[in-house]
Amino acid sequence: MSEAPRSQATNYLTHTRGFKSWALTLDHKRIGLLYMMFVLSAFLLAGIFAMLLRTFLLTPKPWMIADPEKAMRFYNNMFSLHGAMMVFMFMIPAIPAILGNFVLPMMLGAKDVAFPRLNLLSFYFYFVGAMFFTYVLLGGVLRAGFDLHIPGGMGLDTGWTFYTPYSTAKAESGVIPATLGAFILGFSSILTGVNFVTSIHTLRPKGMTWFRMPLFLWALYATSVIQILATPVLAITLLLLVAERTMHIGIFDPLLGGDPILYQHFFWFYSHPAVYIMILPAMGVISEVISVHSHKHIFGYNFIAYSSIALALLGFLVWGHHLFAAGQSNLANSIFSLLTFSVAIPSAVKVFNWLGTMYKGSIHFTTPMFFAMGFIMLFTIGGLTGLFLGALATDIHLHDTYFVVAHFHYVMMGSTLFAFLAGMYHWFPKMSGKMYSENPGRIAAVLIFIGFNLTFFPQFVMGAHGAPRRWATYPPEFQPYHVASTLGAYLMGIGLVTVGLNWLHGLLRGRAAPANPWGGNSLEWHTSSPPPYDNFAVEPVADDPYRMSNWEPDPTGEGWIPSKQPPELEPAEH
Amino acid sequence: MSTTSTTNLASGIAHGLERAPGHDPHLAHHFHSPEQQYRSAKLGMWVFLGTEILMFGGLFCAYAINRHNHPLVFSFAAQSYLNVGLGTLNTLLLITSSLTMAWGVRAAQLEQRRVLITCLILTLVGGAGFLVIKAIEYQAKWDEHVWIGQWNRYNNDYNDESPYKEAPPAQPPSPTAAVSAAPEAAPSSSDANKATDVSKVKPRYIGPTGLANAPGQPSAPPAAEAPPASGAEMDQQRAQRYRDLSAGDQWRVSTFFSCYFLMTGLHGLHVVVGIALISWVLLRSLRGDFSSRYFTPVDLVGLYWHLVDMIWIFLFPLFYLIR
Amino acid sequence: MSQAESQASAAAPAAEEDHGPHAVPRALVAVYVVLVVCTGLTVGVSRIDLGNFNIWVCLLIAVIKGSLVALYFMHLRWDSPFYGIVLISAFFFAALFIGLALLDSHSYQPIIKPTPMALPQAPPP
Repeated sequence: MSEAPRSQATNYLTHTRGFKSWALTLDHKRIGLLYMMFVLSAFLLAGIFAMLLRTFLLTPKPWMIADPEKAMRFYNNMFSLHGAMMVFMFMIPAIPAILGNFVLPMMLGAKDVAFPRLNLLSFYFYFVGAMFFTYVLLGGVLRAGFDLHIPGGMGLDTGWTFYTPYSTAKAESGVIPATLGAFILGFSSILTGVNFVTSIHTLRPKGMTWFRMPLFLWALYATSVIQILATPVLAITLLLLVAERTMHIGIFDPLLGGDPILYQHFFWFYSHPAVYIMILPAMGVISEVISVHSHKHIFGYNFIAYSSIALALLGFLVWGHHLFAAGQSNLANSIFSLLTFSVAIPSAVKVFNWLGTMYKGSIHFTTPMFFAMGFIMLFTIGGLTGLFLGALATDIHLHDTYFVVAHFHYVMMGSTLFAFLAGMYHWFPKMSGKMYSENPGRIAAVLIFIGFNLTFFPQFVMGAHGAPRRWATYPPEFQPYHVASTLGAYLMGIGLVTVGLNWLHGLLRGRAAPANPWGGNSLEWHTSSPPPYDNFAVEPVADDPYRMSNWEPDPTGEGWIPSKQPPELEPAEH
Repeated sequence: MSTTSTTNLASGIAHGLERAPGHDPHLAHHFHSPEQQYRSAKLGMWVFLGTEILMFGGLFCAYAINRHNHPLVFSFAAQSYLNVGLGTLNTLLLITSSLTMAWGVRAAQLEQRRVLITCLILTLVGGAGFLVIKAIEYQAKWDEHVWIGQWNRYNNDYNDESPYKEAPPAQPPSPTAAVSAAPEAAPSSSDANKATDVSKVKPRYIGPTGLANAPGQPSAPPAAEAPPASGAEMDQQRAQRYRDLSAGDQWRVSTFFSCYFLMTGLHGLHVVVGIALISWVLLRSLRGDFSSRYFTPVDLVGLYWHLVDMIWIFLFPLFYLIR
Repeated sequence: MSQAESQASAAAPAAEEDHGPHAVPRALVAVYVVLVVCTGLTVGVSRIDLGNFNIWVCLLIAVIKGSLVALYFMHLRWDSPFYGIVLISAFFFAALFIGLALLDSHSYQPIIKPTPMALPQAPPP
């Protein structure tokens, strides 16, 4: 294990220049950054919609728009587009496509993923899919603001779930471009999954057995398995939806002899595993961040690895819990409710393992660690509230209320977003070669944490009292909750803006980053920050990725350097 | 000789696939050995084939549910409109082309260039033959007005009388409990002129009598299409079988055709893509690109083609051989 | 394919130096013949009325044919078993989806209240 000298010559950012060298790059690191640009833009846009929604909901009756008809349409479009863009354009790709693309080959000590050209194709699929959504957005804006109609672009008001028969018969015409956009984004996801699975199987270096690779790779592997098995079913669902809407084939619409519950089965067979696509990489990031920033070997490596696979597989067995109130038969309801309980177990195992990692570790309260600790707290809440929803009897009461909204925001935003931010901060020095300022980062993390809880905890209470979701108006007794929620949303917004500014400042004015700022032992820390074009000046030797004792703090500056004395043997932590 | 230039999206970018001098020209820079590269390619292809199985699996699910719940619909439609002979011929064509493809892969491995080219051409012939027969079948369906969706005369939206295209009247004269009477969410100025014409609105829910032309109800517009030009006897048998179906089943006959066209259509699309890929491989083998050390594209395209064949092996009995 | 070539390759079924064994022509042709026979069989069986069993027999024959294509044409017999695992997993999850959705759909059929509706404009048969 050697440390490459800080690169003075070229790194992957400066290796070649010009637009074409980025637009047609085959370098996984550059592709990761390309994804980052678009994924973060989607996040910003969908986040703005969320802000608009929360502002809209400050009063029981719409106050932002005079005409009630227009107000309803605005609200419907906002929540549909917020959901669709967040899920398909941010949550699914964020960690795998940005952090996964960047870090996976480096963790394998490899020069690139198995199929670099396929990787670029995946990115362009993402880009084209995103353009479809942009078209829908544009159409909605043109129509709402200027009363201009572009074909098929009149906005989306079905919710991100596109339930039939509303979406096939009556919904606004943006359904087709939106579903086609999601269809194309699905291919990006599938091809990324194919790439990652193959890379992990065939590009592992000598000495890196399955149980010696970083847990982030286990997480990405499990995620890729889900992407491969589930996303094609989404593709076919959306195709059927488009066919139904254009050709009236009559598969989902009862008036044409179809079955609307069939649509929900189709949709949720993908969309439930999809939430595990969102959470598994997040958990992988957390495993890395917590062990490195506690400067301690991960606790229970095998359990975390097996749990990742278990979660991926069990996640396929529970989709019916989204159909409890839809008209699913009692038999299926019972089966799915029982199976849903099983899926909580691997997640809980992981939470205990992370806590076990932190225990008696040398914890550094860096920004990534703040986000990671926030993750543990918020994921626990989100996961536990999922059990209320998985239990058939309580779900009948809670279905389609704000309780569900709060639950999934806790697991998607409180967990995946926090993990994403933790990962971005954790690998920020590696990706950019600069250090960000720690204090603004910590402040931002606290702001986001407080804001998040203020936004969504009241929604649990509101939902338990029966407040329905996706309603533009609400009974006045819920207003205090909504106001608190909106205030929290603004606080969160400020925190997120702070994160953005923090990164920008780090990129422009940050001091140069050492090769190993945190003391981690996985292979990406064995090369310079930023890495050279082909990742490693000297090919690294595979080692236990959690043997932190290989490193000691650099006395001359910041960061960590290889230990001079031979590392003590770690007690067998497996 | 670079063979990758035709496939490499970024062929202009030198750093994409740099080769050290004296290196195997097919070895990409991020692989250690040709063997690792070959294994990766093969695994990637198999994983991709897995995704294809899941995609068709979704359609098989729609088929299974519809057939299980309305078996008589499927047997009526299949027996009345599908030609078992043509289906069998298609199956044999694909199986034969699978054989020639497998043989071609073997020939590539053994550097038997002429055998490889012959096999690839024969595979193409098989695939093309399949498509020709499919086209014949589809043409026959079109002629009998049993195309997909609203072009299927058993579909409630046949003849473009779809209520989706017209704004339902503000005060429906007949109860339309089955359809929400909410006005279309986007009343543009052009819609305002339409469809208070009651006779154009298809009757939906017609009350407990269940009769299509109960007094006082708007009658359905007459069908504009002439009866098909098939044999009169077959016509009568088919007419009788149709009348023997329950009302609910009669409502659903077009669902069979939706399943049929979607599944065979998607499969046909995959055949077209397969033909394109095989043609590409044929081109490369004519140029002499392949050797016993490098024949990966032939192998991978072969796997894809066999999957296409495998899917048809399942499609054929499920559609053509329904009793 | 010349006589000499086929004899030479038939005599060397063992692992090729670089990329593993290649299919033997005898095996390929034999599988082909079985596939054709199975096709005939499945058409023939479909003419016999076995009631509910028809579809299962059809599916069974299709599975046999598919397996032969996978094992011999797609080379699974001589390749790494992991590819087979990929294939079988895909089928397994597809079957899982179909099975559970079918189970549910079957179970709620009795509670669907048929709404009297006008028939599609009495289509000519």
